Amino acid sequence: MLQVNDAVVRYGAITALHGITFEVQKGEIVTLLGANGAGKSTTLRMLSGLHAPATGSIVFEGHDISQVKAHKFMELGIAHVPEGRRIFPQMTVEENLEMGAFTRKGSFSDDMERMYTTFPILKERRKQLGGNLSGGEQQMLAIGRALMGNPRLLLLDEPSMGLAPMIIETIFRIIDEIRDSGTTVFVVEQNAAQALRIADRGYVMENGRIVFGDKASNLLHDERVRAVYLGETVEGD
Amino acid sequence: MRTLFHNVSVRRLISALAVMAVVAVMTGPAGSTETPTAGFTGSFAEKSSFFGMFETVRWVPFLFLGLVFFSVWSLWLSRGQQVKDGVAKVFAAPRAAAERRPVRWGIAVLLIVVALILPHIITDPFWQAAMVEQIAVYVLLAVGLNVVVGFAGLLDLGFVAFYAIGAYTTAWVTGALPLPPLFGIHMDPFFAIPIAIVIAMLAGIILGAPTLRLRGDYLAIVTLGFGEIITIFANNLYGITGGSQGTALIPHFSLHVGPIKYLWGLTPVPYYYLTLVFVVLFLAAFSLLEHSRVGRAWTAIREDEVAAESVGINPLKYKVMAFAIGASTAGFAGVVTASQSNNIFPSSFTLSFSINILVLVIFGGMGSIFGVVLGAIIIQTGSMYLLHTPPAGYQPSDLYVYLGALLVMMMIFRPAGLVPSRRRRREIRLSEAGEGHADEVLTGDQP
Repeated sequence: MLQVNDAVVRYGAITALHGITFEVQKGEIVTLLGANGAGKSTTLRMLSGLHAPATGSIVFEGHDISQVKAHKFMELGIAHVPEGRRIFPQMTVEENLEMGAFTRKGSFSDDMERMYTTFPILKERRKQLGGNLSGGEQQMLAIGRALMGNPRLLLLDEPSMGLAPMIIETIFRIIDEIRDSGTTVFVVEQNAAQALRIADRGYVMENGRIVFGDKASNLLHDERVRAVYLGETVEGD
Repeated sequence: MRTLFHNVSVRRLISALAVMAVVAVMTGPAGSTETPTAGFTGSFAEKSSFFGMFETVRWVPFLFLGLVFFSVWSLWLSRGQQVKDGVAKVFAAPRAAAERRPVRWGIAVLLIVVALILPHIITDPFWQAAMVEQIAVYVLLAVGLNVVVGFAGLLDLGFVAFYAIGAYTTAWVTGALPLPPLFGIHMDPFFAIPIAIVIAMLAGIILGAPTLRLRGDYLAIVTLGFGEIITIFANNLYGITGGSQGTALIPHFSLHVGPIKYLWGLTPVPYYYLTLVFVVLFLAAFSLLEHSRVGRAWTAIREDEVAAESVGINPLKYKVMAFAIGASTAGFAGVVTASQSNNIFPSSFTLSFSINILVLVIFGGMGSIFGVVLGAIIIQTGSMYLLHTPPAGYQPSDLYVYLGALLVMMMIFRPAGLVPSRRRRREIRLSEAGEGHADEVLTGDQP
């Protein structure tokens, strides 16, 4: 569904991504792990059109989209949940979801109802302002807003950032449900344990390179991953 | 001494007296080259009357005013909330009613009726002229700038440029420039309306397309420069614009369709009605626009540009659109002014003009069409009143001092404007609670 081939991203003289290659198959959850500054966010910026690669290609469903602008992605079928959630703080929950359907023509009330079933808390808070929601509710709203565009591929940037462990669990359960309902998911995460538990496959980044990739279940038990990213967190499992 | 200065009331008293000292100097006599300090010393030592009651020196009434200001200020701080709550209670019912659509329509119709009969109530020629040149035209400009600043959140400091373009286009089309007129014929100013709107819109797109990629402060600086460039062009391109001498005579509007013949002459009332028709048309169009898909895209961009992009909004496209719509409104206002005043001069198109329009928008309430109209009417009527019946010592150039002071007061007590838009009111409330970044809306900065 999505292939990234030898993509290089530069910020002026600094090279942030030194030719990365990976792919996402239809129906998968793929996660990209890495420490701070490894290039995860740059990868997602590139995948969502905010920063075009200098060389290399991004192919989505057979079309090269490496030079396509960010605002065209929703129409292509790729929705991006930006880092830090970035909901519209002064719009109500309902208005935020409606904005998600901005590129769509015709009625989308069925999808609104579907969002409210997936995220019952958003239905309760329908008339409240986005800015008044808690962090977890904002993350759900951001995901809901992205899904309102009916994407085939959902890109998530650090969905667990700044959230309480219980909320994180809920968010990841929902991500799993989203995949079950037919949307492919690519998620960039620091919380490796949570991400690998729901993912099919994972890639590990270091210093702007993908150092290895494997099935998520293998990565969970991989010595290198355990040592660097999981530390104590898997001990309880 | 130190502890005394740390006392809040003492500091407030000092501030109040300092403000009044500034007012005393502002309204006091001017110095001269021989006596450079006379402006200061005279402001306090000159003979004056104590509000017409007895003779004294100037510092006495200002000291009194300072003490009054201090008392009112202290009272407001201690009892202000009660007053605010009381006012809110009184206005709760009318405000709720005003949210309902039939009531809104009723108010709109009522206001139009008032506007229609107004020239028959106010017959003073000064005010009749002011209603066209200084109020109706400024309302138009303010609602146009409101699309750019209020709806799309773009700070445009060169709005005067599009007004000038509209005015000079009228001069061109009617053959009042040294340049041969468009199509070689001297047309009626009515034909200038569509042409000026299109040219101003094109100017907006030409300026907007490359510069609207910039954010916040940078955009403000570029638009500032554009405003200056247009004024300097008008001044220096003698062979095209007539330079600082201004244009030749621009004809009045005239209508000549079959048996109907009408000439908008020197009397302002026909112009008033003509402008009123267009004001109502523009207001209706902008109200529709605000709640359309385009309006929602503007709101999204204003709130968070990255998020707007992520839901598929092309920020550049909608920003340029806002710019072009604002520009075309200013262009139309330029046509009315040019035809009504017969001559135009580069000296009318200054930075302070752009600032003046911006003040109307901020005062009225950014993003609130009704607020902006009301704000424009109040400020322009106020400044015309000062011009018509100036208080002792008032110079027309003092106006901006008072407008500045008014704006400072507004920012402290009513930051969302006189009649805030519903969304703006929320934005301010949220930003005071530390959420969102409405305080950065004017600079349009995104974190």
